[in-house]
Amino acid sequence: MARVIVDVMPKPEILDPQGKAVHGALPRLGFDGVIDVRQGKRFELEMDGEITDAILEEVAKIAETLLSNPVIEDYTVKVDV
Amino acid sequence: MKIGVVTFPGSLDDVDAQRAVTIAGGEAVSLWHGDQDLKGVDAVILPGGFSYGDYLRCGAIARFAPMMEEVVLAAHRGMPVLGICNGFQILCESHLLPGALIRNDHRKFVCRDQVLKIENASTAWTSSYEVGQEILVPLKNGEGGFIADEATLDMLEGEGRVVARYVGDNPNGSLRDIAGVTNERGNVVGLMPHPEHAVEDLTGPGTDGLGFFTSALATLLQTR
Repeated sequence: MARVIVDVMPKPEILDPQGKAVHGALPRLGFDGVIDVRQGKRFELEMDGEITDAILEEVAKIAETLLSNPVIEDYTVKVDV
Repeated sequence: MKIGVVTFPGSLDDVDAQRAVTIAGGEAVSLWHGDQDLKGVDAVILPGGFSYGDYLRCGAIARFAPMMEEVVLAAHRGMPVLGICNGFQILCESHLLPGALIRNDHRKFVCRDQVLKIENASTAWTSSYEVGQEILVPLKNGEGGFIADEATLDMLEGEGRVVARYVGDNPNGSLRDIAGVTNERGNVVGLMPHPEHAVEDLTGPGTDGLGFFTSALATLLQTR
């Protein structure tokens, strides 16, 4: 069994209110060095069998159709090692 | 005239939408997300609420409901489809409408009566209004910020596809104060505020919302 990781992030130009809220809380906790925070999602897909290029292509399709909304988000696919 | 209202797990305003259809003079038909039968309806409403608990993204999972396959096919055939609030989010996720809806820029849930300006009175759902008419309907959302890239926004404005705009303070950070948009054909409309809550004096801020439902009935009568 192998694991494929899909990371989904709001596009750079899209406002990220959640990241802003997290960023706003940091100084109150005494952490001052953080300039910006953006919040995304991480999906861990447990795959049946060996990871091939065809499997990764399929995961990219999953990422594009369901895990992310291409209008507002970017995604990356990588094999967990 | 039969107007179907789809109930998803987590829909909240399906019964209000059905009542609005009835008060407007139509026959409301309850549709279930898991079915694949439009039961012969002439138009469809996707109601507000939190389908699938807003998991993943608002409307992202509802989009793949069996009933949505039928709704998408019917919309492409020209059937009037109105998505209100969560329904608007589902229409964007289904690519029946451009853009997306993200968390309110101020991060708070907003619930208030909202003035809207009707910008396009020729869609299947707004023909009972006049262009420039201001109406008062309830607004309640946490993720109601309409966004799209500049080219898409310019295209929507250029083609007259902005259906309604917020008047006064922008309640959720929607770009260009957009409260609702339509598709190229004008049969599919998405609206963030809730006209179905403004159809009776007893339970709403007035009856300004009724026009959406009478519009659809009038459009259907014309095309029969």
